[in-house]
Amino acid sequence: MIRQLFKFREMLLVIIIAILLAVFSTRSPGFATPGNLANIFNDTSILIILALGQMAVILTKSIDLSVAANVAFTGMAVGMLNAAHPELPLALILVVALCIGAVLGAINGIFVWKLNIPSIVVTLGTLTIYRGMAFVLSGGAWVNAHQMTAPFLQTPRQLFLGLPILGWTAIVIVAVMHLVMSRTFLGRAIYASGGNPTAAVYAGIDVGRTRFFAFVISGTLAGLCGYLWVSRYAVAYVDIAAGFELDTVAACVIGGISTLGGIGSVAGAVLGALFLGVIKNALPVINISPFAQMAISGSVIIAAVIFNARQERRRGRIILRDRGASEQIEVAA
Amino acid sequence: MNKISLPEPVSETPLLEMRGISKSFPGVKALSDVNIALYPGRVTALIGENGAGKSTLVKILTGIYESDEGDIQVDGKPVVFTNAQDAIDFGVTAIHQETVLFDELSVAENIFLGHAPKTRLGLVDWKAVNARSLALLHSLESNIDPRVRLKDLSIAQRHLVAIARALSVDARIVIMDEPTAALSRKEVDDLFQIVKRLKAQGKAILFISHKFDEVYEIADHYAVFRDGKAVGSGALADVGQDEIVKLMVGRSIEHAFPKVDIPLGETVLSVENYTHPTEFRDISFALRKGEIFGIYGLVGAGRSEICQSLFGVTKPSGGALKLGGKEIVISSPSDAIKAGIVYVPEERGRHGAVLQLPIYQNISLPSLTRTSRSGFLRAAEEFALARKYAERFDLRAAALSVPVGTLSGGNQQKVVIGKWLATQPKILILDEPTKGIDIGSKAAVHAFISELAGEGLSIIMVSSELPEILGMSDRVLVMREGLSAGIFERSQLNAETLVRAATGNA
Repeated sequence: MIRQLFKFREMLLVIIIAILLAVFSTRSPGFATPGNLANIFNDTSILIILALGQMAVILTKSIDLSVAANVAFTGMAVGMLNAAHPELPLALILVVALCIGAVLGAINGIFVWKLNIPSIVVTLGTLTIYRGMAFVLSGGAWVNAHQMTAPFLQTPRQLFLGLPILGWTAIVIVAVMHLVMSRTFLGRAIYASGGNPTAAVYAGIDVGRTRFFAFVISGTLAGLCGYLWVSRYAVAYVDIAAGFELDTVAACVIGGISTLGGIGSVAGAVLGALFLGVIKNALPVINISPFAQMAISGSVIIAAVIFNARQERRRGRIILRDRGASEQIEVAA
Repeated sequence: MNKISLPEPVSETPLLEMRGISKSFPGVKALSDVNIALYPGRVTALIGENGAGKSTLVKILTGIYESDEGDIQVDGKPVVFTNAQDAIDFGVTAIHQETVLFDELSVAENIFLGHAPKTRLGLVDWKAVNARSLALLHSLESNIDPRVRLKDLSIAQRHLVAIARALSVDARIVIMDEPTAALSRKEVDDLFQIVKRLKAQGKAILFISHKFDEVYEIADHYAVFRDGKAVGSGALADVGQDEIVKLMVGRSIEHAFPKVDIPLGETVLSVENYTHPTEFRDISFALRKGEIFGIYGLVGAGRSEICQSLFGVTKPSGGALKLGGKEIVISSPSDAIKAGIVYVPEERGRHGAVLQLPIYQNISLPSLTRTSRSGFLRAAEEFALARKYAERFDLRAAALSVPVGTLSGGNQQKVVIGKWLATQPKILILDEPTKGIDIGSKAAVHAFISELAGEGLSIIMVSSELPEILGMSDRVLVMREGLSAGIFERSQLNAETLVRAATGNA
């Protein structure tokens, strides 16, 4: 089971993250303590959740650039709801967040499914629209900490076994997504639709519908993160999470999810997000400026893409070594 | 060219001659020891069934493939074409079936793309491009404006542009690969006027066509290919159509087909006046239990298209489908799979397997509704299903959990067929089941098809290979240009009848 979960690729990331932690702890002794590690994980929780939604979409050969705007709109909506109706229970607010997120995701999905528009174009459009809607909704005003209720702000911060509820939420989502991807029809359809859309159609899978549901998953998780983000930073404004969609894509790419679709795993996306989380938390500790951080993240992404491409090529060679397969390729050519 | 200067330029020395050309691909001998000669001012028709080696010859002639053996001579001097540019340098040019042109570029840009005249500064000399395009089009007696965009032209005009492009490189040898496939009769007449003009200019033309009437109308010489060999050539005036048909198909059927006669059961599927807006019209047939129903025709006759619409990939615009006497509507592949109809596509690589997924997940993919409970997959059942079919087909793999992409071609094929049989279909549609397979494996596939029919499966088999159709089918539907050209009983089956029906050469 463990071997199935962590294939070579994932093991490599685990080792790299461990090495990073070891190096950083020599520079700053407090870095690798359990408490700080729990902090880093907690801090990366939102990225992990969003990266899992992004993973589902990328696996179907699509991309969702609207996740961060979805976070901003949903966050604004639930923040305002909480400020206007402090009597509403948190559970209801969570349901509202999930529903708004799902609807925004479904809008992306409908365009991709029914109108057959490339997802990059659709979500580039909705990325602007959703953030614009956040502005229209709030009139540009902020929702500040003093307007929010205590349960709204404090629940994700409650410690359980040394880890805040926020971190536990990420763990639950990871488990659920693992179940969805490996044990449900939808999960299999997502892999098949991205791996070979034509073959998927011939196997009776509705590729457009599968993409739609991938966008709904991504949107729902973004809705959840809308609440988590506003609660964590105790403020809602139009520009929250600006540019964060690229972090989610980066986490997926670093985690070995092929941008061509069909290849990738939940473990990969989580480790990719954790890798970015560790770097982001460690570099300030050893006095590296935020701009250098961006350069480092960027370099890592490019390195990961090169690594992925080489992996693919190596796999190609194994096939070519086989006489039967090379015949097929020749005849087809 | 002015008309008084005709006598036709005729000479007995060929402009281009290919001698002893052989070309193999692993497992397939595409051409063996082929000779062909093209004479200036003459049209040579190259005739043969699908897969006879015509396309391979064209690719060798245009420098895309290198031959394994044999030599090519131009003007009696040996030449070597190692790439497409070499062939162009010696004046060989091809006009393809589906002409490769650019809609958004102007006519002149299309004609000179890649070899535009340059100014002294190395920039494209647009004046010269336009002037020379105009001159070329005039020489073809056309008054197309070289500056208009290609997308504003009719299909026939596009053909003219393609021909002008071919001639823009000082071509002396022009290969026309089924140039009339997409043309109306009027457009064909216009095209033939051009061909005649090219003849008069002393160019040697290789004309590839399936249509006998056109061949007789335009060609002087013929060369017939069969199974990668040149089986006959000469002056067209000396032979009748019958002889050419015999040359095309008259092979000894080398391997005995393991067709087992099975008493046919009741009608399983009846297709009534099935019609598609563009691909086929009014196709009707009934399929019986245990029957192998062949569909024969030339490439583009609508055979695969009708199968794809039976499988729900494309939607028909009219007609009815009855399964076991009850009318059904199939609007998606999952409807078809539920109804017990499966389709093993021709391009098994592209349509068949998801290479990244493990073997067992590929085999279970169309059967997931059966192996899952309330939306959850059950790995144990998937493995059991996969193991059953892996054993049946003697699949060679390290484990059922390795990705299909790591398997050899033959084993990938087994996975694809296994995954369809795992759905326990009643009707199996096989599109070109032995395409690209070596002779030995073909016999195994044929034996297996017979075995399935024996188990009561009804099989629709689309094939371009006559021996396969003749050897395996209980009945054969011949299609021509989207229409039924007749359904033939096993007792009526012979090669010439089918080829006549398929080519419209009554």
